[in-house]
Amino acid sequence: MAKKSRRILWIYWGVLSVAMAAYLTVGLLDKNAADSPLFATARAMLLPGQTTHGHYQIELKCESCHGASFGGPEAIQEACVKCHGAELKDADDKHPASKFDDPRNAGRLEKIDAKMCITCHVEHKPGITQAMAVTKPVDVCFHCHAGEEEMPPDHKDLAFDGCTAAGCHNYHDNRALYEDFLLKHNNEAKVLQKALLPQRELGAMVKEMASYPAARYPLKPLSTAEQDAPAGKHGSAALQTDWLGTAHAQAGVNCSGCHVSSAGDNAGKWTERPSGTETCKGCHVEETKGFHAGKHGMRLAQDLSPMTPGMARQPMKADAAHKQLGCTSCHGAHRFDSATAAVESCMNCHNDKHTLAYKQSPHYALWQKEIAGQAPPGSGVSCASCHMPRVRMRTEDGVRMVVQHNQNDTLRPNEKMIRATCMSCHGLGFAIDALAEPGLIADNFKGMPSRHVPSIDMAVAKDAEKQRQRASRNP
Amino acid sequence: MKRSAKMQSGFLALGAVLAASALSAHASGITPREMADALHSVMAADRAVYTRLIVNRLQNEEKIIKASEHWKDDKALVLPAQMFRFGAEEVAKSKPNFSYSLLSLWPVNKQNAAKTPVEKEGLDFVAKNPGKNFYKEETLGKKTYFTAVYADTAIAPACVTCHNNHKDTPRTDFKIGDVMGGVVLRIPINR
Repeated sequence: MAKKSRRILWIYWGVLSVAMAAYLTVGLLDKNAADSPLFATARAMLLPGQTTHGHYQIELKCESCHGASFGGPEAIQEACVKCHGAELKDADDKHPASKFDDPRNAGRLEKIDAKMCITCHVEHKPGITQAMAVTKPVDVCFHCHAGEEEMPPDHKDLAFDGCTAAGCHNYHDNRALYEDFLLKHNNEAKVLQKALLPQRELGAMVKEMASYPAARYPLKPLSTAEQDAPAGKHGSAALQTDWLGTAHAQAGVNCSGCHVSSAGDNAGKWTERPSGTETCKGCHVEETKGFHAGKHGMRLAQDLSPMTPGMARQPMKADAAHKQLGCTSCHGAHRFDSATAAVESCMNCHNDKHTLAYKQSPHYALWQKEIAGQAPPGSGVSCASCHMPRVRMRTEDGVRMVVQHNQNDTLRPNEKMIRATCMSCHGLGFAIDALAEPGLIADNFKGMPSRHVPSIDMAVAKDAEKQRQRASRNP
Repeated sequence: MKRSAKMQSGFLALGAVLAASALSAHASGITPREMADALHSVMAADRAVYTRLIVNRLQNEEKIIKASEHWKDDKALVLPAQMFRFGAEEVAKSKPNFSYSLLSLWPVNKQNAAKTPVEKEGLDFVAKNPGKNFYKEETLGKKTYFTAVYADTAIAPACVTCHNNHKDTPRTDFKIGDVMGGVVLRIPINR
C-alpha cells in the first residue's frame, strides 16, 4: 500500500517537473512571453538578478539586450550601441570603443576592456551596481590615469576613488566640465542677467526644413468652419475649442492631419482613434525618437505594451498606476497643451520628493508668472524645462530646435543638464554646486547650495600657474 | 552642413582608398615599408592642403574664421591636428589593416605624447635627422607591428603661431620648417 502511494507521489513529482520545465522553456523561447499574462512570470523566474534602473522596464524582453539567440558579449554590445550609441556620439564620448582599436592603447586594454560596455556596466548584479549603473569599483580611472604625466600636481591630494565625484569628471560626457569650458565660464553670476530658456522656432523651422509638408499644412490658422472632418465627426464643442487652441490649428494642421492616414492600408480613410505614437511620428519624428529612447517610451520601442506608472520603481501616484504612456497620455488628444504636458502631466503620475517639492520651488513661482502672462516666455521653469528641454538637435532636416523627449538625456550624470538647461539662466559654477547636492535636488532647488565644488577654482589656478611659468620662460 | 558633409565624404573616400591599398598590399607583394610610405604620402598631402588652403588662408591670411580645438563650442574650424585625428578615426571604422596617429615630443594635447618606446625613439630620430624616416618593429598587446614614423614639419605660419602661443604648449620657439612631431603609422605583421 505504502509502495503504491510512493509511486503515485513519484508520478506527481515527474509530471510537475516536466510541466514546470515545459512552462519555463516556453517562457524562454516564446518571443511574446514578456507581455504574456501567462508566461511573463516564467521569464521573471529566469532572471538571474534584479536589473538596473535603466533596464527594468524591458527586463523580461531578454532579446532586447541578448539578441534573438543569446549571442554572447558581441550581441549585447550591439544592443548597447543600438540604444545608446547616438547619445554617446552627441556627448563627444571621451572613451569611445574606437579609441581602443588603436594599438597604442593596447596596454590600457589589458587593464580594462574598454571596448565593451559590459566591462563597466554588468546587468543583473544589484549587489555591486553603483550610480550610473557602474559595476566596476569606483577607483577604476586610477588604473589607467595614475601616471605622473596624466595626474596634474593639483590632484595629488585628492582621493584616488573620487575622479567622478559630482562636478569633476565623467567617463563619457564632459561637455560641461572640460577645463577651457570651466575657464570660459568663470565668475558667472548665480542668475544670469538674461535668464530665459529657448523657445519654439516653428517659423524658422518650416523655412529650413526641406521636408516640411507646407502644401498640405500651410502655415495659417484654421477656424472651426474650416474643419475637414467628415459629417458627424466634428466632435463636441469642447473638443473643437481644444483643437482651435492648439499649435496644430494655428499651423494649419486640420482634423485629417491625424485622423486620415496618408499611407498604408487605411490611406485616405478616416480613423476614429489614431494609433498613438505612430500617428504623431508622421510629423514629430525626433520627438518620437526621443520618447522611445527614454524611460517613458522604451517599452514601446521594444514592441512591448506601453509603460505604466504601476510598473515603475520610483514612487508614483496610486490612481495613475494603470495609465498607459504614449503621446496623448501627457499631451492629451485634441488639446495638446504643452504647458499642461510640461507640469501637470508629470505631477499626475510622479510622487517622489523632488516632484512634490516643485510647487514650493522658485522655479515654479517663475512658471506661474509666465503662465499668467506676467513674465516673458521662457522665464518660467517647468518639469519639462529641465527633464525634456528644448535643444538644438541635428536632424535629417538640419539642425533645429526640438523638445528632447528622452527624459533621461539630461540625467545620470546630472551634469548633462548643465548646458542643455541650467546655463540658460544660471552661471556654470552655481549650476555645478547645485547639481552636486542631493538634498537640494530633493527639495527641488528651494534654497542655495551649501557646499562648493572647486572645479572652476582649480582650472583657474592651473591656468594662472601656466601663465606665470610662461612669463618666466619668456620675460 | 554642406561643407561638413563634403569634408566627411572626402575623408570617407580617403579612407576607402587607404583601406583598399592596405588590403591589397600583401597580395601584390608590397612590403609593409612601401605600403606605409604610400599611405603616408596621401596623409601628408591632405594634411598640407587643409593646413595651407583652409586654416592658414582663412584664419591667418584672410582672418575670416578662427580654428579652435573647441571647434563646436567656438563655431570655428577644426584644427589641422584634429582634422588628421578625425580622419584616422573615420578610417579606423572600416577596420583597415593599419592605424595611424599624429604624435609629438612637445604635444599641446598630452594624449598625443609618445607612449611606447618605439614612438619615443622614432619621434626623437625624425626630429634629429631631417628628411629621414624611422622604421622599426614593435609588439603591443601580443601583436607585432611594422611601425613607421615620419616627420611632421611646420609648413605655414598657422602651425607655429598656434603651437607657440597655446597655453598648454611645452615649447614656444617653433619656426617654419621645424619638425614639430611625427606621423606614427602601424601595420600588423605576422611573426
